[in-house]
Amino acid sequence: MATIIEKGQDAVSSQIEVEALVTGCEAIAEAIRLADVDVMAAYPIRPYDGVMQAAAKLIADGKMDVEYIVADGEHSQFEIVKHACAVGARVFVGSSGVGWFYAMEAIAVTGGLRLPVVAICGNRALDDPGAFGTEHNDSLAVRDLGWLMPWAETAQESLDLALMAWRVGEDKRVSLPVAIGLDGAFLTHSQTIVKIPTQDAVNKFLPKYDLGNRLLHPDNPITIAPQVDQDWLMEIRRQNDAAMRRAQDVIREAHADFKRLFGRGGDNPFLDEYMTDDAEYVFFGQGTLALPMKVAIRRLRAQGHKVGLVRLKWFRPFPTADIVKSLLRFKAIGVIDRDYSFGSPNYGGVLYHEVRSALYSQPKRPVVLSFIAGLGGREIDQNMATQIFEKTKQAAEKGSLDQGDTCTWIGVRE
Amino acid sequence: MAVAATPNATLPQIKGVKDVPYDELFVSGHRTCQGCESALVMRHMIKAAGPRTIVLGSTGCMYVANTTYYTTPWVVPWMHTQLGAAGSAALGTSAGLKVLMRKGKLPNEKINVIAFCGDGGGADMGLGAISATLTHKEYNSLILLYDNESYANTDIQLSSMTPYGAITTFSPTGKAKRLMHTRWKKNVPGMLAAGHPESRYIAAACAGYAVDLMNKIRRALEVGGPTFIHTIDPCPKGWDYHPQYSQELGHLAVETGIWPLYEVFDNKLNLTGPTRQIAEGRKKRKPVVEYLKRQGRFAHFTDEDVDHFQGEVDKMWEKWLIPGVIPFTIAEKDRALLRVDTTPLHEVKKPA
Ligand SMILES: Cc1ncc(C[n+]2csc(CCOP(=O)(O)OP(=O)(O)O)c2C)c(N)n1
Ligand code: SF4
Ligand SMILES: [Mg+2]
Repeated sequence: MATIIEKGQDAVSSQIEVEALVTGCEAIAEAIRLADVDVMAAYPIRPYDGVMQAAAKLIADGKMDVEYIVADGEHSQFEIVKHACAVGARVFVGSSGVGWFYAMEAIAVTGGLRLPVVAICGNRALDDPGAFGTEHNDSLAVRDLGWLMPWAETAQESLDLALMAWRVGEDKRVSLPVAIGLDGAFLTHSQTIVKIPTQDAVNKFLPKYDLGNRLLHPDNPITIAPQVDQDWLMEIRRQNDAAMRRAQDVIREAHADFKRLFGRGGDNPFLDEYMTDDAEYVFFGQGTLALPMKVAIRRLRAQGHKVGLVRLKWFRPFPTADIVKSLLRFKAIGVIDRDYSFGSPNYGGVLYHEVRSALYSQPKRPVVLSFIAGLGGREIDQNMATQIFEKTKQAAEKGSLDQGDTCTWIGVRE
Repeated sequence: MAVAATPNATLPQIKGVKDVPYDELFVSGHRTCQGCESALVMRHMIKAAGPRTIVLGSTGCMYVANTTYYTTPWVVPWMHTQLGAAGSAALGTSAGLKVLMRKGKLPNEKINVIAFCGDGGGADMGLGAISATLTHKEYNSLILLYDNESYANTDIQLSSMTPYGAITTFSPTGKAKRLMHTRWKKNVPGMLAAGHPESRYIAAACAGYAVDLMNKIRRALEVGGPTFIHTIDPCPKGWDYHPQYSQELGHLAVETGIWPLYEVFDNKLNLTGPTRQIAEGRKKRKPVVEYLKRQGRFAHFTDEDVDHFQGEVDKMWEKWLIPGVIPFTIAEKDRALLRVDTTPLHEVKKPA
């Protein structure tokens, strides 16, 4: 559990944070405490359940007051928090891999209901065959259902994004659920030093949850989600769409506020750029694969190669304008997917398709390559990074790709 | 917009029809079939519970036919829940209210939470979640399973609550097979009562006995913790009879002994209505054929089918450890271990 490193903790009364050595899961548990979550529902599956274990300990130690329900399955888990959220409770839930899929019906309706449930998906390969390690297909399965989807790179970012998640999701202009992606093991179970904000500082950032006139209560006897059929469904879907569009600005606002209060989060809420200023081609991806790719970039830069990295922080809403603005500066983009989309165009990964689609209407586009790497939690090592680099560089120099050579699986035994 | 209410009102037992609350909290606006007994269950349920109630409704006829956008019949707050989620809806709503009141984020008052589901939603898909909720004794809620004995809303398919031999769209009669469905109906309230010793109230009811039903609803809401009521609801469309006979068929289900009325209150069984009279020997069980022959879904039954049906119901009354409730019994040599008198109920002398 968290070892608090008391670095002059009480030295100044304006202290806004303390440092602690924690895992990604423990960092999220701290966010649950700081957000004064009312109801959470747990069910065991690795690796996400590290959060539930850490949260249980915080409750047992009297550090937070949360209604902690151990459910009989993920479907129940997500239904329980959905209903608690409708009566005004701030909620937290999560799952991984096949567990996330077991909850799928509840996940779908939560988006439709526009209830701001905050969940983490501790990304894990789907069965069969079994594998514990990270893969993004679990989270990605809900990409069309009206969930906001940030992806964290570090334990610090996990905590920061969680606080952001309640603020943005519960904002009345948005009112959408949030699924934070956390790479299994690499992030969920790796310890790093994390700055944990104080309660006072968080209170300045995160307002109280208020559903307003959508609260389910005898004083406000509304009927939620009656049968609408073809008469009204399209108008209601359109409202979800509008909320998702508004979310971009609300995220920008929250990001700016967060940065003002805590000094973290970088320049752009949606993209994290590494050594891109003079880069001719870049790697593109999300989650913890940024770490080995950054190591590779430093090595390649030392050899004189003008390569950088653009990391996506929010997959939904997809920041199309920011992506276009950023990526048009480069000759080639090597999109690294920790997922698969069997039978899709060019057999590429999900992120690849999104990036390519975002760039399509531009008159002059960089070459976009698809790399499938690190599935099932396989580590992306420096040899793999070099392969990705060489192929991307070649494409940048040539200015095009051969038909049928768009997607490359990296580090696979043949 | 607030519904006129007396916060923290208690729910006393109703003494007779004249004592039934006048206010209707389930009004026009729904489009259930004529003679739909399940809609009547809804009406009685919320009449008994009163305005300070939140209702969660699973997918099924009582959602699709009952709750249309812009014409909701619900005067109380109402929310849809998924087909297998009645248990979780009750639990989540109740947990939310509890913690918000504890933390002072909502005014402290007693708000009833009722989640209803059909037989498909409750006895098949959502049984696990209901079972889980019945173990969470710190959360107050009532789960009401309205049993029209089929997946009615999707066009009458058989569920684990469809009676033996009944025709449904998944169990038609044909040239090669007369009976497509030969499973015996699950004993849900008995199973839940036996398996959830910390639930303080589990009951079987029928809207044909309205006051009995309303009192069961009230008791379930008053005792606290998670509770469960199962109603048998004649369904003109699924059972294939004229809508005017719904009440009568409900009565026949009870009078033939097919559907015993009872409650398990603080782990004590109490038979109610005609079921008690039958058990005490004050009333004779009617033959099941009187019930079966009134419904098109049994029109294909031969005499052997009727006999088989009657035989199974007879076993419920003569062989089960507790008639209609606990199906297994105990070996003769172990009788001494039993804490109750095992004389079959129909042989028990009427109390003086
Ligand atoms: C997960 C899921 N599977 C299937 C359905 C389709 N469906 C809608 S209503 C219904 C019937 C439910 O039957 P029951 O619970 O007995 O309620 P009734 O319609 O009989 O009132 C079904 C199967 C659904 N809504 N959700
Ligand atoms: S099909 Fe049966 S349960 Fe459904 S509305 Fe009609 S009568 Fe009621
Ligand atoms: Mg049914």
